[in-house]
Amino acid sequence: MVDPFAVKDCALIAVATGEYVQTLRELKEKLAAIPTGCIYYHFWGGLLRARFDDPQYQNDFAIWSWRSLHDKTLAERLAVIDPTDFGDLNELRRELIEVIEERLDENELLAWVIPSHGFHFVRSQIVVFDTGRRFSTIDELSTHIVHMSPGTIFYHMIDARRRTPHFKNDFSEWIMGLEEEHQELASRIAGIDPYFTTLRELRDELERVFTAYVKERRG
Amino acid sequence: MTLLEQYAQIVGEDVIHHLQQLGEHLQGLKVVHVNSTREGGGVAEILHRLIPLKQELGIDARWEVITGTDLFFQCTKLMHNGLQGKRGELHPDYLTEYERVNEMNAESLRTNLEEADIVFIHDPQPAALLRFIPDRRGKWIWRCHIDASRPFRPIWKYLRNFLEPYSASIWSLSEFAQPLPHPLYLVAPSIDPLSEKNIELEEDELAAMHYKWGLDPERPIITQVSRFDRFKDPIGVIRAYRLVKEYSPIQLILAGGGATDDPEGEEMIRWVKEYAGDDEDIHVLLLPSDDHRTINAFQRISDIVIQKSTKEGFGLTVTEAMWKGKPVIGGDVGGIRLQVVDHHTGFLVTSPEGAALRIRYLLKHRDKLKEMGEKAHNFVLENFLITRHLREHLTLMHAIMFENKERIETS
Repeated sequence: MVDPFAVKDCALIAVATGEYVQTLRELKEKLAAIPTGCIYYHFWGGLLRARFDDPQYQNDFAIWSWRSLHDKTLAERLAVIDPTDFGDLNELRRELIEVIEERLDENELLAWVIPSHGFHFVRSQIVVFDTGRRFSTIDELSTHIVHMSPGTIFYHMIDARRRTPHFKNDFSEWIMGLEEEHQELASRIAGIDPYFTTLRELRDELERVFTAYVKERRG
Repeated sequence: MTLLEQYAQIVGEDVIHHLQQLGEHLQGLKVVHVNSTREGGGVAEILHRLIPLKQELGIDARWEVITGTDLFFQCTKLMHNGLQGKRGELHPDYLTEYERVNEMNAESLRTNLEEADIVFIHDPQPAALLRFIPDRRGKWIWRCHIDASRPFRPIWKYLRNFLEPYSASIWSLSEFAQPLPHPLYLVAPSIDPLSEKNIELEEDELAAMHYKWGLDPERPIITQVSRFDRFKDPIGVIRAYRLVKEYSPIQLILAGGGATDDPEGEEMIRWVKEYAGDDEDIHVLLLPSDDHRTINAFQRISDIVIQKSTKEGFGLTVTEAMWKGKPVIGGDVGGIRLQVVDHHTGFLVTSPEGAALRIRYLLKHRDKLKEMGEKAHNFVLENFLITRHLREHLTLMHAIMFENKERIETS
């Protein structure tokens, strides 16, 4: 018997590291040494903090390249990096460095910015709490998705990628433990792209997948 | 109706439920906030609402205000400016007074401060209290509301001695933070949609404001609301106004409140009035610090709001204006950069000429002005209301109470 799905919620608090850079070369060097928590925050933290809903670029490195270095080419190359393509944060770190090195090779003028526009590395702490809500069936869980907070969506869809054995999401992991016949739903949820979106959009997409599946089964 | 229920009507039930769950594990916690003024300035405004909200969530939250002498406040004004980068010598008499006043306040607040589980000390004025409470049992957190990204070093060095023993500090933006040997938390400030300064006002009341202040309702109004402070660049705003005035019959309001800890304000207002001359369309108004409703009305009757600061902490007046659906033309500094998304919720400018250009553009393209105002309102709704601020405070309290780990699982 599989345990019911336990709905959790979370909140992030950002912590400045005191590390900051003013040039692209410095960024590359610092990226090689900073904790992976910083890379995580600058790719995913935007989902849970103050940010314009329709940002031109999704991760902080791209935003800085555009807003402060005024290097649109670099910003575009960094923006297209999808963190879900990488097995772990160190792989993602290597890709970032690769892209920056390539740009440094192309552009002999090292871009620099005034101190107030430097890039500041930030990490985060996550507080996870149990909402007390439990769901034993897919039908029950399906009706609750629409009420989930952004924090809940972040925890089960984004944070789960760092916690779960298959680097997926908690919904798919839980469904995989149910009867074999529901594996289709687990794959569909795993197929949702959690990047290039907001948490509310992600919740809506999740709800659509659940609802469609439940409807199909009812015929 | 409880406060939380009132907020639920604005931000939604799910947001409030989230807060209640975060608060569940903090029930009964003794939390004390200390600052230097009960009225005037963004800090006092935030505390006026943050404290009752924490109380409603079951936290034993209190707010204490230190008292000081004129000399003390002159000293802390120098410190404030010094953290913002202005050079200024802290005469030994000032420092003696700073420490004496803190010691004196420590004496009267001792029991509360010793018993507290968490103490939030706001800004430099009460920062030295910690030194005089050696038997403290809780965690002490220093909250810096100032852009201290490039402080005047001698002042920072002096203050740092008092700040290093704190368990953590909070900064409005990572750019503002100075290295200290403890976690540097980042929490942007917020506004309160239910306060006098931000509640909806009736059309009649707004119409009466035109009459009361001699404003022509038929002509555009541009407003900057801020303390009269050199870093808010009121002179630059007047210059921008004059550049626009050649093309459009605009009116300018420069309105600011006084605060008990800001002795420089009056001198600055004299200078601004002199610069404004006898232009009847420039309204330089020093308002009582508690006249929030008038500020609210000025922001609402404005077509565009300006915040042309050359240095800025966070810029809560920007948040207030955006909440009222106004596009903001702001200086490209500090927290304004976080709020004014260039070409979306307003424009970032670096000169009076830039400000003038954007004012002319928006007055000419009214559809764009309206669209930006709507985006600005929604941006504040999602990110800069007090409910988000409270959430981060609760998160931080968990983080600091339940060890300084990357992941904290409450049970």
